This record gives sequence, C-alpha cells and structure tokens, in this order.
Amino acid sequence: MTTLTGPVRATTAATPPSSPPTRRRARRTPAGWLRDGGLSTLVIALPMILVFGVFSWFPIGRALIMSVQQTNLVTAPEFVGLENFAFVLSDPLLGKAVANTLWFALLALVFGYPVPLAAAVLMSEVKRMRGLYSALAYLPVVVPPVVAVLLWKFFYDASPTGVFNVVAGWFGLGPFPWLQDATSAMPSLVLEATWAAAGGTVIIYLAALVGVRTELYEAAEVDGAGVWRKIWHVTLPQLRGVLFITLILQVIGTSQVFLEPFLFTGGGPNNATLTILMLIYDYAFGSSLGGNYGAATALSLMLAGVLAVLSAIYFRVTRPWSS
Amino acid sequence: MAAADTAERGIVSAHDRRRPAVRATLGVLQGGLLAGLLLVGLGPILWLAKAAVTPTQDTLRNPLALFPNGVDWANLVTAWTRAEIDHFFLNTLIVAAGAWFFQLLVATTGGYVLSVLRPRYGGIILGLVLATLFVPSVVLLVPLYLTILDVPLAHISLLNTFWAVWLPMAASAFNVLIVKRFFDSLPREVFEAARVDGAGPFRLLWSVVLPMSKPILGVVSVFAVIAAWKDYLWPMLVLPDPENQPLSVRLPAIAPYLELDVFLAALAISTVLPVALFLAFQRLFLSGAGLGGAVKG
Repeated sequence: MTTLTGPVRATTAATPPSSPPTRRRARRTPAGWLRDGGLSTLVIALPMILVFGVFSWFPIGRALIMSVQQTNLVTAPEFVGLENFAFVLSDPLLGKAVANTLWFALLALVFGYPVPLAAAVLMSEVKRMRGLYSALAYLPVVVPPVVAVLLWKFFYDASPTGVFNVVAGWFGLGPFPWLQDATSAMPSLVLEATWAAAGGTVIIYLAALVGVRTELYEAAEVDGAGVWRKIWHVTLPQLRGVLFITLILQVIGTSQVFLEPFLFTGGGPNNATLTILMLIYDYAFGSSLGGNYGAATALSLMLAGVLAVLSAIYFRVTRPWSS
Repeated sequence: MAAADTAERGIVSAHDRRRPAVRATLGVLQGGLLAGLLLVGLGPILWLAKAAVTPTQDTLRNPLALFPNGVDWANLVTAWTRAEIDHFFLNTLIVAAGAWFFQLLVATTGGYVLSVLRPRYGGIILGLVLATLFVPSVVLLVPLYLTILDVPLAHISLLNTFWAVWLPMAASAFNVLIVKRFFDSLPREVFEAARVDGAGPFRLLWSVVLPMSKPILGVVSVFAVIAAWKDYLWPMLVLPDPENQPLSVRLPAIAPYLELDVFLAALAISTVLPVALFLAFQRLFLSGAGLGGAVKG
C-alpha cells in the first residue's frame, strides 16, 4: 500500500489533472461527453440503473398508483380513489392483526431487548475465550430461519413427550399446549424469534462496548462507585445512541413479522397470531381472499406510513439524549 | 502511558479483579453465561444433529435420550436421495450463486460509478438509491410481484425463473453504499497513475479498483450467499413450481409427507452449509460488518 501525506491527497482529489471540471461542464457537447468517456461511464452504471429502476424504483412508484386502483391482472386497472383504503380500514380482521402485531412487538421487546444487553456487558468483561462466547451467541442467527421455525415447531409439540414439555416436566410443570392455545401461541412465536435474532443484537452491543471511554470508570471509582453504579452511570449512557437505534430497528422489524406466524400457526389458533404482514399476504395471495392487490398495497403503504411517522417522532424525541 | 493501561480494562478494575470475592463472582457469572450460551446457542443445533441420525420412534418417545437404540445413518441418505433434498440443495446453490454474482456486479459497478467516475447524474442516482433504504420491504412485495409477472419494457414474465430471485436481490442499496464507502477510502493517486498509464474506466475497475477491494468484496459475498440461503417468502411467491424451489421453500411443503427422522435429517442437511460458512468466516460475521455500518457510528 502506498502511504501518502495528507496535503498531497487533498490537492489531487480536488483538482483532476485535466482542466477544471466546472469550466468544461458549462459548455459540454454530446461529442465532448463521448470523448470524456461518458459513454463507458454510462455502460458501467447500467447494471445499477436497470436493476434499481426495474426492481426497486418502478415498483415503489407502482405501489403508490396501485393503492388507488382496482387491479386484477385480467381487465385494465381502474381508478377507484380511496376505496382500497376504505376496504382495509373496514375489515374486521385489521384490528385483530394490528393488535396481534403490537403484542408481538411488545413481547419481542420484553424478551429480546434486555437479555442481549446484559449478555453483551457481561461478555465484555470476559478476558479469555471471548470469541467463543460471541460465536455461541451468534450461532442461532446463521441457522436458516425456516429450519429454525420447523425445528422449534417440533420442540413445541403439545404431547407430554414434546421436547419442551419433557424439560418442563423435570420441574413438575406442564404439559403445555404451546402453539395450540390462543394465549400461549404468540409468546411461543416470540420466544423462537428472539432466539433466532438475539445474537445479532449482542454483536452490535459488543462492538459498541469497545468504544466506551474507560477512563470514566476510573473517575467513577475515585468517586467510590460500585459495579452497578459504573454500569448505570458510565456504560449505559455511552451506549445510548446504539440502544436507541436498536430499539427502533427492532420495532420496525417486528412490525413486519411474517415467517413465524405463517409457518408455526398459519395465523391461528382463531386468528390469535394473524399479523399485519400475514393479512397483506392473504389479501394478495391467500387462497380464500387473494388477488386483491389494491387492498394489499394500500395496507402495506399505511404500515410504511405509520412506521415512517413513528421513526420521525422517535428520532426527534430521542435526539437530545442520543449524543 | 495511560492509554495502554486503560485500553485493556473493563468495568471491573484490574485491582478489583485480584480480589478473591470479585474473582469468584465474575467466575460464577461468566461460567453461568457460558453454560447458558452453550445450552441455548449450541443445544438446539446439536439436538438436530443427533435427531438426524436417530430412528423416528426414539425421537418421538424419548426426544432427549442419546441414541437409546443405536444410530441410523441411513436417514441422511434417504433424505438426500428419496426426499430429493439433493435436487433442492442444488436449487439453493443456484439461487445463492446467482444472487451472489448479481449483487457483486451491481454493487461494484454502482459503487465504482458513484465513487470514482462520478458522472453529473451520479448525485441523483445516489439520492434515489439512498431513498430506497427508507422504504420497508413490505411496500415492494405486491408491486414487485406484479413486475415479475410482466417486466416493464421487455414485457416478459420472470415467474418460475431464477432471474426473479437474483435480480431483485441485486437491487440492494446497502451493498452499493458500503462498496461506495470502501472505494471512497482508496487512494485517488493510484487511480490517477493508472489513468496516466492509459487505463480506461473498465481497465481501471478490473485491474486496479477490484484487486484493492478484496475485503469488502468478501463481506458482500458472504452476506449475499447467507441472505439467499435464508430467504423464504419471496422465492415461495416467484418460484411456484417445486422443480425450481430452494430448500427454504421446499422444507415446509414436504414436511407432512416425510417420516420424522428423514425430515429432521433434511433440516440438518440444510443447516450444514450456513453454519460451515459462519465457522470459516467468523471474524467477518462477528465484527459487525454486515449488521449495518450505520449502527456502529
């Protein structure tokens, strides 16, 4: 690697060897553009422009249009105003789906927010084999999600010889119906989702803990602080920024949960695990409803809108504390 | 001086660490954490490995016993051949390889244009790419599906082709941005020297920029393969023909038709490659590189 001093780098970056760019751009002709390699630049940019154009920008624009259209792939799309939104908002299942999704998000926070933090703080104090700790914590994240769900579905077997019921039996508990019961189904889903995702959060916290300014610990010790006060007054305040971000990212992620309810319970029992994304899926691709692309798009836009407003408020409220 | 001293310390000071009481407490806590992590992190995976070679009846009657009636290696063979896991494994490899190739292609050429070539329209494209980061994937689900059914301009359907999985995965703003950021950090003098020596934009990318960018290409590659391996909903929608489906889509569908031991063997086979990749590239995963540079800052 070549190592260069700062000033040299600065000047070469600012002025290319050819004439000043502002001048040339002012009177640029197609021929000049071609001579400067404009065409090859465009060719190199083409994969990005095409892929993003067709598979990202175009569908995003289309979502806005489709939400006010009746689309059924057979006849030409028809403008219906806000009818799709009215249809979704009057669907009796919407309230259920929203409540379930909020319940999932809340449980995911209760299960999944404090444990990775505590584990990461404790792991940062490990002197030997720290790599082993973080590798073990991260291992569930690399198990394919579908495999994890199918495996846990077997663990959740409601019979007394189900894996979790055997373990519960050692403590004189159970057998529990886990996924078959409307009240325990959602916590069971969240438990698996937390197992599958917590390792990623642990790694984020560990990375952030490396940046904690340790000289403050010494200052706290001089003031007679114990371990808990050091964690509360020195460690956690310095993790604030990361803690705020992981919180909102987790809320955004869990509000779009699909795999667990879809594969564990199919939204049941009695719609107890029907989430917003499952409702969107049912509108568009479900066997009974299905084909209502307008309603599906309208609901997904409403979800995205709520999330955008929520994040905007969240960042505004937490900004005074996050730096 | 002080920096070297404080860099090593954590919440508990070196002085406290020498006290027997503190040492004992820390030891118990960390031993407990290690035991918990072994149980929670490794336990289910080891159980799956065990169940994959255990006869169905043993797994059903006594799921936590270790081979009460011997090992049944034939499960793996049955899953691989009779349950056609070999076929779906190959599909998964094809999905992952294509997703890897197109993600790298778009991320490197895109990052190169935005960071090094910087055409006048670069700012607009960068803005549009950035903007897609703020659109949750749920918004794309239905309109992207309809786009696959009838691709604009070309007016062809990509349904049941691997293109339908590869190309949307390549439109990853995150990839383009981390590659661009890496290219931004490369010394410009080398590019100028190459230009003076007569290298055109293609040559500069292929012979100068890419060889200097192996670390970031590694990061993008590993996460592209893992993401393709994990994806479920999208491949399920655009690959309705079982002939083309990857493991993640096929496993839930074949579950009711397989004997339990064969099914668990199939699950185990599907887990081997991602876990092997993780063990081989641990540093990459655990450095937090793929978890979002934004979070680290």
